[in-house]
Amino acid sequence: MSSPANLKYTKTHEWVRIDGDTVVVGITDHAQGELGDITYLELPEIGDSVSADAPLGVVESVKAASDVYSPVDGEVVERNEDAIASPELVNSSPYDAAWLIKIRVSDRDKLDALMGPAQYDEFAGESSH
Amino acid sequence: MSGEEQGAETRETPLTGRHRALGARLIPFAGWLMPVQYSGIIQEHKSVRSAAGLFDLGHMGQVEVTGPDALAFLQWVASSDISTLNPGDAIYGMLTNPTGGVIDDIIVYRHPDATAGYLVCVNASNRDKDVAWMHQQRAAHPEWNVTVDDISDTTGMIAIQGPNAEAIVQSLTDADLSEYRAFQWLPATVGGVGVMAARTGYTGEDGFEFFCDISGVGKLWDVLMAAGEGHGLVPVGLGARDTLRLEARMPLYGNELADDISPLEAGLGWAVALDKGPFVGREPIAAMKESGPPRRTVGFRLVDRGGSPRHGYEVQVDGRTVGQVTSGAMSPTLGENIGLALVERGVAGIGKPLDIIVRGKPVRAEQVKVPFYKRDR
Repeated sequence: MSSPANLKYTKTHEWVRIDGDTVVVGITDHAQGELGDITYLELPEIGDSVSADAPLGVVESVKAASDVYSPVDGEVVERNEDAIASPELVNSSPYDAAWLIKIRVSDRDKLDALMGPAQYDEFAGESSH
Repeated sequence: MSGEEQGAETRETPLTGRHRALGARLIPFAGWLMPVQYSGIIQEHKSVRSAAGLFDLGHMGQVEVTGPDALAFLQWVASSDISTLNPGDAIYGMLTNPTGGVIDDIIVYRHPDATAGYLVCVNASNRDKDVAWMHQQRAAHPEWNVTVDDISDTTGMIAIQGPNAEAIVQSLTDADLSEYRAFQWLPATVGGVGVMAARTGYTGEDGFEFFCDISGVGKLWDVLMAAGEGHGLVPVGLGARDTLRLEARMPLYGNELADDISPLEAGLGWAVALDKGPFVGREPIAAMKESGPPRRTVGFRLVDRGGSPRHGYEVQVDGRTVGQVTSGAMSPTLGENIGLALVERGVAGIGKPLDIIVRGKPVRAEQVKVPFYKRDR
């Protein structure tokens, strides 16, 4: 399955949608498939600072707890309370209903390092054999 | 989120190709490449509780113990009273060590032919250690005429578990399964494959564990999968096997059981026959029974949200460390986070609070009765 064309991707399997001076962040379909049934989300509070490549939260599945990494430096402006209440949305709708947080970006340079969809699909394919 | 790591020494079972074709996620486990899930842990778990599930247990070890002194030998190395077994009976127990800890937990099956000895089913992760230990104990007692034979490489093992298991297996065999009680095993032909069918398992449900020649495993899997259509049978991986056994409060070696945990601390005193005569570790276990075990294994449920309890998480009471989580998970049947913890005996008690430290933060838990799940009989 191809990853959505309008998004950027990290090597830690987050997706990023750039929207003016904010970004929306979630985890990819590949990531949710690797994790299996998602049971719990731990996300930062609105107003919290986040740093590029540092953990911003945790996604738990039945089997394991995994960090979610911030793709950028910035400040959390919104988080998806529906996904927090119903973590299984991450399995059923990783790119839409289960976006995780919105971050106001303080350093746009980090966005240049993100992968495009074709590059990510190749990367994700290699990491799952 | 790491990918699958396959070490050079990772072995495959005769069923690995079938797991791949079914879309299973395969992971290395105890030196074997095993399915952790097919459709998803929660769905597989619920299928076993409501219908039936099929498990590849090709990684498990089997050790044959035969000879005139097989019983004397097993009475020495195992914690439970093997002399209570009639031909065709099985019993749960442990291989205990000289300091009263646990080398492995096992099921000992007495062959229906009284002269054919015993089969000891051991955990994959402990197979080499167990076999070496048994050979060492045999060598230490040259007066015993007993043969210990690791037959794991030529023995296949598949389990079918769940309320529909009996109907599925009955459709494939002339043997009258209603005659089988729990912890019995009998020879049978299932879909043309000669097996030893044991009414044992690791899920808290009724069901069977089949032992057969390794050449028959592929066919046995195929006939069971085919017969299970219409009965809700699904293949089940190690992920749901773990949540199923936890709900049923069955121990996992490396979690509830270890070299330095007493069976009494693990809550398995019922599987230690202190009155049967001498066996390895009897004295330290008897002494601990006298003084009371310093630690207890307790069941708990999380009262607050905060993630799932997991193996190794710290347990506190009033900010003081009192033990560790041995196993924990979001229970698919109960829809809440449950776990087992090994704690100081002073804090143990149903209804008493515990704090589970999840990523540095205490999450409130209360101790509850175990098992967490018990099937209607």
